[in-house]
Amino acid sequence: MRIYALFSLLIVCPLTAQAIDVFACEPEWGALLEELAGDAATVTVATTAFQDPHRLQAIPSLIAAVRQADLVVCTGADLEIGWLPLLLRRAGNAQIQTGNPGHFMASDFVRKLEIPKVIDRSQGDIHPQGNPHVHLDPRNIRRIANALAERLIEFDAPNAAFYATRLTEFQTRWSSAIDSWEERAVALAGLRLASHHRSFSYLANWLDLDIVANLESKPGVPPSGAQLAALLEKLNANPPVGVIRTPYENEKPSLWLSERLEIPALRLPYTTGSNPAVMDLFGLFDETLKLLEEQVQ
Amino acid sequence: MRVIPVVASLLLCSAIVSTANAQDIADELAELRALLGVMQQDYEARISDLEERLARAEQLARGAKQDADEAFEIAEQTAIGQSSGASAANTFNPALGATLSGRYASIDQGWEEIPGFLPAGEIGTGDAGFSLGEVEVNLKANVDNRFFGNLTFAIHDEGGEVEVELEESWLQTTGLSNGLTLTGGRFFSANGYLNGFHRHADDFADRPLPYQAFLGGQYIVDGLQARWIAPTPLLFELGAEMNWGSGFPASANAEDAPGAYSIFAKLGGSVGVSNNWQVGVSWLSADAVERGAGHHQDEPDPGTFTGDSDLAVVDFVWKWAPNGNSGQRSFKLQGEYFSRSESGVFDTIDYDGDQAGWYIQGVWQFRPGWRVGLRHDVVDADSGPLLAGTELEDPGRQSSRDSLMLDWAPSEFGRLRLQFTDDRVLSKADQQWYLQYIMSLGAHGAHQF
Repeated sequence: MRIYALFSLLIVCPLTAQAIDVFACEPEWGALLEELAGDAATVTVATTAFQDPHRLQAIPSLIAAVRQADLVVCTGADLEIGWLPLLLRRAGNAQIQTGNPGHFMASDFVRKLEIPKVIDRSQGDIHPQGNPHVHLDPRNIRRIANALAERLIEFDAPNAAFYATRLTEFQTRWSSAIDSWEERAVALAGLRLASHHRSFSYLANWLDLDIVANLESKPGVPPSGAQLAALLEKLNANPPVGVIRTPYENEKPSLWLSERLEIPALRLPYTTGSNPAVMDLFGLFDETLKLLEEQVQ
Repeated sequence: MRVIPVVASLLLCSAIVSTANAQDIADELAELRALLGVMQQDYEARISDLEERLARAEQLARGAKQDADEAFEIAEQTAIGQSSGASAANTFNPALGATLSGRYASIDQGWEEIPGFLPAGEIGTGDAGFSLGEVEVNLKANVDNRFFGNLTFAIHDEGGEVEVELEESWLQTTGLSNGLTLTGGRFFSANGYLNGFHRHADDFADRPLPYQAFLGGQYIVDGLQARWIAPTPLLFELGAEMNWGSGFPASANAEDAPGAYSIFAKLGGSVGVSNNWQVGVSWLSADAVERGAGHHQDEPDPGTFTGDSDLAVVDFVWKWAPNGNSGQRSFKLQGEYFSRSESGVFDTIDYDGDQAGWYIQGVWQFRPGWRVGLRHDVVDADSGPLLAGTELEDPGRQSSRDSLMLDWAPSEFGRLRLQFTDDRVLSKADQQWYLQYIMSLGAHGAHQF
């Protein structure tokens, strides 16, 4: 019995006292690392739910953080193109450069939606590899969790059993959560929504929501008054049930449209950390579904 | 008395009848009970049969869903595996970007020199009317797993002749660790804050006066740079540069020794999520040998300087955005102070002088894409009385300007700017207007802090 207890202690606690330093670009990856690594990793998250991950700058505190990181966990697919390459170059840290095990891009492990047919800046700030907001489909989280746990094991082999146990435990909880979300989602199928940016494409794809319009006619380009007026006219005949946006997007275009169409403007959590209900990934999807369900009733 | 037997017999009869009836009912009841029992058994059997079938169906459905999920997952994984692109000869092309700029300027009285200074490089107000700015072409990529390479051409029109200038050509280590980075080649020096930026990234149509007077617009090093970042939560960076080139204030040295050395330190961090700051100090020591002003090619050289030129720069920048989200509103305040000490020989005159200059500027983004900015820049030459009558004659006054700008960036890749400058560089003040465009093509620019 004593040996068994000792063994189980080995699996639930990391072997080494030295936690690995991880730099996560967005809050969702910070939350996933918390599930998979717990105290075995010290995670610095570069952005909050209120910061547009497209627009960050290579600020001094982040250069200092990347310099000390063992592993960088980001979305990729050009979401961080404006600042991550600069952080990597400035940091003087070989481990986390492209192609090394310390460089983990989550979107490499999922199938991307909205891969543009025409790659031209006249189409806005498009991402040639496809829409990078991959984390809002929980099945993608499942895939990325597998890949990330594998990477953590590669990095920190002595703790392999610890990461494997945490992964299994997480995947069990996550699968049953997906089942219950999918049951709830039946009532949401076909829900018609307008969205500020294409931030919710993966959510819509998973829940079978119908995003009838994007307020930004070109991604990354703020909608002009004339564009909004044209959109209003188009939507007037058959208005969607709501306008959705992330916590970091400008609320003005959403509010303008919501007022004129007399439909609610919804600030969906988008990622973890924007309010106490969404402090982890489970809460993120629970809360998102709850907000959408309120529009059906 | 006859009545009694009749009543008695009647009672008896009814008793017999009622007894017979009761017997029948009991039989029937028993029969019914039996029947019900059979029926109940039958129904129970049927219900349990149905339940069994339901359970089987549910199990099948679950299995089918599981199969479907698994099939979906296999399809997804196949798609993920196959989503890598095709290979082609140009797959490894470096990131290619170009920046186009041009302007319309209304200038009554421009200048090519700041009184009391004689820098080389591209300085001055430039021409009035429409003129093309620099066209910049940039190529960058990882060389291999150890080096990153960057190449920038600047193409400009000098009075009808197109000149191509090699603005940057450097290699940088990516394979070192412990915060160490080495850069070699031709690169923008890390002295001062603005010096590390390309001019098209500036917030105003022209560089601040101290940059023009002390660095010829931009200090470019042909040599080596080493920088080290300390393992601290705040950014603390130390660096040194050696310059063999002729980027002003250095001059190409006839000997093997570098013409200029510099050291710099930067400290930066965040206050909450909304505020980010950085301060820097640097010291540059240049050994000038017959250093002239390079921009008057057709005119006789106004004089050359041989001696030591030391320049100290202190800089700060503070950026604020609500919740650190600069998409909607943001504010940037930056300033730099320059102090130079030169001693040596100008033409044949011994001279020892100290000059100073500074600027401060604030830029307020008040709505997405729209910014307004204000700048004050000053330089003060104090060359001493010995140089009276030469190009470096002490003007006895400061040169300064005040500029106000408004710019609009319809996307991240283009910017249109209107700027008004009250120019007091020369003794007679001048009011200038600039309308400028800066557009970038190709590779996504870096969001440098």
